[in-house]
Amino acid sequence: MDWSALRLSVELAAWTTALLVPAGILIGRGLASRRFVAKSLIEALIALPLVLPPTVLGFYLLVAFGGASPLGRAYEALIGQPLVFTFQGLLFASLIFNLPFAVQPIQRAFESLPADIREAAWCCGMSPWRTFRAIEFPLVWTGILSAIVLTFAHTLGEFGVVLMVGGNIPGETQTIAIAIYDRVQALEEHKAAVMSAILLGFSFVTISFIYVLNNRVERHRGEH
Amino acid sequence: MSSTTALSVTVANTKSVGLQVRLRQIAPIPLNVDFHCRAGELIALVGPSGSGKSTILRCIAGLATPRSGTILFNGRAWLDTASGVTLRPQQRPVGLVFQHYALFPHLSALQNIAVVLADRPKVERERRARGLLELVRLDGLESRRPQALSGGQQQRVALARSLAREPAALLLDEPFSAVDMVTREKLKRELARLRQKLEIPIVLVTHDLDEARMLADRICVLHRGQILQTGTPTQVMSQPVSSLVARLVGLTNVFQGEVIDHDADKQLTHLRWLSYALECREQSHGRPGETVDWIVPSEHIILHRRDRPSRGEHENPIAGVIDDFVVLGGDASITMLVDGRADTPLTFMLSSHVARRNRLGVGEQVGVSLLAEGIHVMPATDQTQDGRPGP
Repeated sequence: MDWSALRLSVELAAWTTALLVPAGILIGRGLASRRFVAKSLIEALIALPLVLPPTVLGFYLLVAFGGASPLGRAYEALIGQPLVFTFQGLLFASLIFNLPFAVQPIQRAFESLPADIREAAWCCGMSPWRTFRAIEFPLVWTGILSAIVLTFAHTLGEFGVVLMVGGNIPGETQTIAIAIYDRVQALEEHKAAVMSAILLGFSFVTISFIYVLNNRVERHRGEH
Repeated sequence: MSSTTALSVTVANTKSVGLQVRLRQIAPIPLNVDFHCRAGELIALVGPSGSGKSTILRCIAGLATPRSGTILFNGRAWLDTASGVTLRPQQRPVGLVFQHYALFPHLSALQNIAVVLADRPKVERERRARGLLELVRLDGLESRRPQALSGGQQQRVALARSLAREPAALLLDEPFSAVDMVTREKLKRELARLRQKLEIPIVLVTHDLDEARMLADRICVLHRGQILQTGTPTQVMSQPVSSLVARLVGLTNVFQGEVIDHDADKQLTHLRWLSYALECREQSHGRPGETVDWIVPSEHIILHRRDRPSRGEHENPIAGVIDDFVVLGGDASITMLVDGRADTPLTFMLSSHVARRNRLGVGEQVGVSLLAEGIHVMPATDQTQDGRPGP
């Protein structure tokens, strides 16, 4: 069992979730409440990681983050280390390929809000922040929780993008999914099996949790 | 005592007291609106759907901003596009009741009200929320969620919530449209009762003319974002400024005629219509020879009794054939074709027992009198504003 790979995966997932979900709230809320020309285009861009082969996304991120690109050079000049094949590079990539998992559940939740309750709150004198805290959040928190769980679980399991952008450096970029592949290549099937079982168990528990929660909340709201 | 009364009268007459609204816009929805709603006054904005009624309310509440305009409350600008003043909705002390109420679904009736009073101490918040529920007669249902309340009860919660922060003006957007008939009548009476306790301007948006007539001190008739007429319900209903207004407020019997003369001594105007020379109370519109539109409200049409002719029949007697006869409860709606012409239907109401006694029915010849005092003359419109030829 490779504990450092698991710890790295959890760290990556935690950072990704912590950074991405607040952004997901802003983006999801904006997309749900506004209508503008480029809206469909933006929604398509956000959804792209769902359908794109991870290696393709990984390839473009590798090119974009690499020492030959302006972004890669700027980062290296600023921070003093390259973006590719580092944990930070992995985190950047992770933020991008997890966008749909963070944005979509939140956007759906905001879309299901009754159309004019936000305006009603404003007309009652409630500030935008208080409107969010007292009115919107209690009605969309399950969507936000779904985003948290999905982003976290998906980051743990991502393989292709991680391999392309991060490579396979133990302790720096070797996540649990990579480690499993690595063990199988090395014919250490038992270790791979243990790690796979951990990922399977974790994924099943988190996804079940979301479904149980959503159903309970729905039933609760239906009763009143 | 008398000095206070005198003072309050002076203040009430000052133009700057109350809500003054002036909106101008061509797109996306045309607006050409001027009105003034005094404290304690209820103004109804009436018009078909798409006439801009709700947009006007949204502009007042700060949820929409017109291209140009001013909204003043007691002289203070909530909106003044010329000087760049646009107060946010939170800064405008209005209470807005939404058409579908927009209650907070996760909060109880009491919490729906208490949540908007966050700036007050908890004890006072709850006390005030309870007081407001009592005011709209919902005490006992404090802990119900909106889903567990009837439409009428939801409307009352919405009304109570809109009053929570003691608004300077109350805005009602089709407040009775989403409830059944019986509840609607009850809620209208409640609003009329509540009004007596509220010394603030109230603007009611509705497409229901009866509602406006019953509740409003003044009515603004809207068409395509433009106020065509502002007046008391009686003024608007009996003296519309144009045939378009007449049609918008549901008046039938709009015709075109020609002024013969004005008789200042007898205070009469004579009007040529088909083969008739009609006598009506003196009108301000139309030089002799000029074509005008005119209306006669149903209640100013008197049936000539067949069994017992009376003296009243000298007043503008009109003959025709009954074309349509519908009994609506205790009343009968009768449409007669004047002189048998299909293009001049004259509609009036009778008690159905009167209709029965006179053996009225489709195809029967009848005579009626158009009462001179009820005839109202308006400038002619060859083309009404929506491009269709006038009636």
